[in-house]
Amino acid sequence: MSSYHLDHLQHLETEAIHIMREVAGEFERPALLFSGGKDSICLLRLAEKAFRPSDLPMPLLNVDTGHHFPELNEFRDRRAQQLGGKLIVRTVEDAIAKGIAQPAPGEISRNRLQIPTLLAAIEEFRFDCCIGGARRDEEKARAKERFFSFRDSFGQWDPKNQRPEIWNLYNGRLNPGENMRVFPISNWTEMDVWEYIQRENLEVPSIYFSHKRPCVRRGGQWLPVNALVPPKAHEEVRELVVRVRTIGDIISTGCVESPATTTGDIIAEIAAARVTERGSRADDKSSEAAMEDRKKAGYF
Amino acid sequence: MPLTALASATPVPVDILRFNTCGSVDDGKSTLIGRLLYDSKSLMEDQIEALERSADITGGGQINLANLTDGLRAEREQGITIDVAYRYFATPRRKFIIADTPGHVQYTRNMVTGASSANLSIILVDARTGVIEQSRRHTAIAALLRIPHLVVAINKMDLVGWSEARFLEIRAQFEEFLPRLDIKDVKFIPMSALNGDNVVDASVHTPWYVGPTLLGHLETVHIASDWNLNGFRLPVQWVNRPNNPTDASLHDFRGFSGQIAGGIVRTGQKIIAFPAGIVTTVKQIWTYDGPVEEAFCPQSVTLVLEHDIDISRGSMLVGLDHLPGSNTELQAEVCWMHARPLQPGKRYFLKHTTHTVQVSVTEIVNKLNLATLESDPAPAELGVNDIGEIRLRAAKPLVFDGYAINRLTGSFILIEQGTNATVAAGMLCPPREIVKPENGDYVI
Repeated sequence: MSSYHLDHLQHLETEAIHIMREVAGEFERPALLFSGGKDSICLLRLAEKAFRPSDLPMPLLNVDTGHHFPELNEFRDRRAQQLGGKLIVRTVEDAIAKGIAQPAPGEISRNRLQIPTLLAAIEEFRFDCCIGGARRDEEKARAKERFFSFRDSFGQWDPKNQRPEIWNLYNGRLNPGENMRVFPISNWTEMDVWEYIQRENLEVPSIYFSHKRPCVRRGGQWLPVNALVPPKAHEEVRELVVRVRTIGDIISTGCVESPATTTGDIIAEIAAARVTERGSRADDKSSEAAMEDRKKAGYF
Repeated sequence: MPLTALASATPVPVDILRFNTCGSVDDGKSTLIGRLLYDSKSLMEDQIEALERSADITGGGQINLANLTDGLRAEREQGITIDVAYRYFATPRRKFIIADTPGHVQYTRNMVTGASSANLSIILVDARTGVIEQSRRHTAIAALLRIPHLVVAINKMDLVGWSEARFLEIRAQFEEFLPRLDIKDVKFIPMSALNGDNVVDASVHTPWYVGPTLLGHLETVHIASDWNLNGFRLPVQWVNRPNNPTDASLHDFRGFSGQIAGGIVRTGQKIIAFPAGIVTTVKQIWTYDGPVEEAFCPQSVTLVLEHDIDISRGSMLVGLDHLPGSNTELQAEVCWMHARPLQPGKRYFLKHTTHTVQVSVTEIVNKLNLATLESDPAPAELGVNDIGEIRLRAAKPLVFDGYAINRLTGSFILIEQGTNATVAAGMLCPPREIVKPENGDYVI
């Protein structure tokens, strides 16, 4: 019997591949949300495992807030090209110019503005399903989400009225205008993601590894100094050896001091970590229900 | 430091235990999970900070462990859990996936959702009230879903003075109805989730209890393979045909991709492709990491076959031993999950493995009475949260096994036409007839 045994990563992998193939089988126009971040890097490898030797039966889609780390976009474009995948990028900048997204007075964050940009892209390409790399261990509202997350014609999530998911039977039926978000790595933890990256020997953007970067201390975290985050008069700019644990926008992603230069170092660091991954994301700290509110409005 | 840190020097945990928790409102499910995470040092500083923050604002300064799992604002406001929440933690011995499923009557569908893939269910009972209808209902559902292991957590023992007599009394209440249900492994643990007794650390208040703590049990319970390794089954999910392969050897590649739902498959093995019923041979088991000689449930693979047979999504590839049943007339136990009741004569979509067909309900045979665990014959309808046996007629034959033999090829969901709501979870009764060869083929 022991030779017919899967370890936890193999279990998570076969579950995710099954879900990817259900998407290919049940939807007419799916897309895969690929940011270049560690979770979507795993998604791409899972897509390769699900669909090779064929081409990926779906394009890659990214909503570019205009506040991305340049290293992330460089990686995103290169990886998409390596895979021979079609990459569609829609920008918040463009959405604002077209009046699709309207910044509130003084609103600097592009977090909220991603939502109308994504919904417009879904409409433009008539996508009926978007695969995303969200994980339930990231956040409390995510913990309540299904693998197949039904969205009404406004892209909204209704947590009180989710379709029951039983065994591995996913109900992907939609009426026109409705949409599904599918999260194949729902059951993965941050640790699983890094262990998988290590096992599969996957390349990740350089900013996940330790590097030197000028930072300022703000809101209890180290923010990277850049054109969008200039140091304020009283702030001391410090050149630190840091890495990012989770990648959000450059204006809200805290850096952590770290000597980790390999995937193995990162795994050891997470094992000893005392705060969660999202602890370094200012966008989730704004209120206890920040994620819940964004998801209800159509956030992925 | 979280316990997982201890594992950093050793290889990663080798298996995953999936469990769910069920109980009625105020039995302390969320508190129990919070306690499990807190005492196993699986919580991070920012999570504890967030708990303390909300304790200062709304809790009069006292940390409420339930706030860890009651994630949505609506839940915190109403003090209830409205949906299945998933939690993850690891100890050096195992990784755990928890489905926290709510207990109120109207949310049974969530318990079925959370429990369907579980290895183990925890049924919470308030030591003061003992067994109530909810306890029976949850135990019956766990039995129906054939969850291999059950833990009866007798909680709030501090409020009954840690009385062994009370513990034994509640245990006897359970043992009165357990024989009517098909459950093999049941463990009773006295605890106080609020104070942490017997959750992670052994309690000083229960010298009369010699069994393991809850976490001790979760770490060591033997998860006999949930997966059926007899009788090869591969429901085809997706036909893999490269469009413009640059690799010349792939010009004629035609593979059938899917997750093995039972048994083992080997290169060179004979299989039957349903619904065509034609016998062919496995030429190659293709995977991204290279071809393999054999593959087993629940691996995801792509099979290349010797003959060109009409196979598409919804087809089932089957081994020649342990043959499945096939029929358009089906009998099944269902848990009804929708406010609009099941009515005989109505049509639904039935999704079984990767195959979706139209069905009509021909008869409601009986309804399970959860108070007595007896069956009431021929009810007019099944309402939300009712469990009963029904007969269905499918537009096309299903190739299936009884749920008791194989959870994956014996289960289905019903989908309401129009709204597309998932309205029922179904477990197929053993097939009346097994497929048989006729002139070498297995035409159904």
